[in-house]
Amino acid sequence: MFAAAALALLVTLLLVIVRAALGPSVFDRVLAANTIGTLAMLLLSVFGFMTGRPEFLDLVLVYGLLNVIGTVAVLKFFRYGNLGDDGDPAASSEPPPRAGT
Amino acid sequence: MSLFIDILSWASLVAGGLFCIVGAVGMLRMPDFYTRMHAASVVDTLGAGFILFGLLLQAGFTLVAVKLLMIGALLLFTSPTAGHALSRAAFERGLKPLLADEAKS
Repeated sequence: MFAAAALALLVTLLLVIVRAALGPSVFDRVLAANTIGTLAMLLLSVFGFMTGRPEFLDLVLVYGLLNVIGTVAVLKFFRYGNLGDDGDPAASSEPPPRAGT
Repeated sequence: MSLFIDILSWASLVAGGLFCIVGAVGMLRMPDFYTRMHAASVVDTLGAGFILFGLLLQAGFTLVAVKLLMIGALLLFTSPTAGHALSRAAFERGLKPLLADEAKS
């Protein structure tokens, strides 16, 4: 029965990858990447139970933390143009496109 | 009692898989970015919730169950945060909702 859940998760992963490849805007791709991260977490935990090694859940925790940090980092990059913005206008060659928060 | 828990856990796993597929089909078929986000949230809440609940029933009262609960809490906190940041970034970038013009008039 774990195999059925893993198969459903793989089908879901395939459909989401199709959306990431099609996605007209960059935000569609970021959304698909975020969903792929969630699905990888679920697939890892189901796979760990399927092979009788629930220690995979530690990897799932780390993967979830990396997933949200990656999503927020990519969004910040697309909003400000760089990742290390400390508010100093001389540091960046170009002012941020949207200054208001 | 063990059989009952097994049946409940299997039903929960299959329901989680179905909800994941439904969310992915919605992500493919929805016409707009914001509606696609709506469909993607199904995977993060109902799909992940049902699958983690099914695994939780298989784990019993062990450390594995605590880890599963922590994964569920992590998803519960990070998924709305990422969704909020994503929709805000898309809206400030100028991505209009599909029916914005009809709603104004």
